[in-house]
Amino acid sequence: MSTSSFLDKTIDGLNSKGFILEYILDSYNEHNIVIDANKALEVVKYLNSELGYNFLVDLTGSHYPDKENQEYQVVFHIQNLVENTRLRFKSNLSKDQMEFPSLTPVFSASNWMERETFDFFGIQFTGHPELRRILNVDDMDYHPMRKEYALEDETRRDKNDTFFGR
Amino acid sequence: MVKVVEAPEGFEGQGFFATSLDKVIGMARANSLWPLPFATSCCGIEFMATMGANYDLARFGSERMSFSPRQADLLIVAGTISKKLGPVLKQVYDQMAEPKWVLSVGACASSGGIFDTYSVLQGIDHVIPVDVYVPGCPPRPEQIIEGVLKIQHLAKNESLRRRDSDEYRKMLETYNIETTK
Repeated sequence: MSTSSFLDKTIDGLNSKGFILEYILDSYNEHNIVIDANKALEVVKYLNSELGYNFLVDLTGSHYPDKENQEYQVVFHIQNLVENTRLRFKSNLSKDQMEFPSLTPVFSASNWMERETFDFFGIQFTGHPELRRILNVDDMDYHPMRKEYALEDETRRDKNDTFFGR
Repeated sequence: MVKVVEAPEGFEGQGFFATSLDKVIGMARANSLWPLPFATSCCGIEFMATMGANYDLARFGSERMSFSPRQADLLIVAGTISKKLGPVLKQVYDQMAEPKWVLSVGACASSGGIFDTYSVLQGIDHVIPVDVYVPGCPPRPEQIIEGVLKIQHLAKNESLRRRDSDEYRKMLETYNIETTK
């Protein structure tokens, strides 16, 4: 996927700054790096300005209700288009401390992706210029991708447990 | 050969024809319905086929699609309506002038269909009154034509006073739709 020398340079650079909490090369040869949420903006700034990672591919969240103090996760993918190197970053968040620095100072593209992540998981992106719902109706009072909420619509009257296992 | 709609029942003599106003107006309305297609997904594609040369909804006097709600008689809702789109649909319905009819095409518009989920409106009848439901996922063009014919039947046999009745007004009020008078 990428020239390994450039990748080594990236990993070494991140290591020298002490950014990497955990590094996993998964079975698809993709590079997963766990970082501290508080340092995420620093990491992205460093990768963008020093190492030419110029493309934020994706930013989203996930919910692991059984992982104590690591219930939520922010995942983002970042790519160097010149070197064709892609990295996947993950940050664990406790449900009591659901704050993640907004990446908008570096990547404008993260604006709507952060709003989406807030909309569905309720993760607060500190420093975001306008953190409000983007996809769901404005008056929705919960974050629907959290596992404690049912997927189904409660207002539906024509389905019952006998036939549909609800 | 051009087939013309039959005249309603009445008295006919040399140089005159007498019938009730209800029947003449009903006949005129039923055979010149102007549909407003509110198509959001695959049912909309079936509706396009219904409009096309093979099925040709124009045979029933409904070839004039109105993309302005002000000029439309029949709101055809074809496709999934999300909760966020609900108020938009209601506004479109509000903007239509009386008399107006609503045709709900397909499982999604009628009941939410397979999208039994938090973001999808579980049937447009949560928001606006519906006259005819067309089942199917998506329904075939024949079924949509059948639905339009049912609407024609309603239009033809509707009393001219129906839209002024208290019953009708109360029905609209259950949907929180403002009524004049």
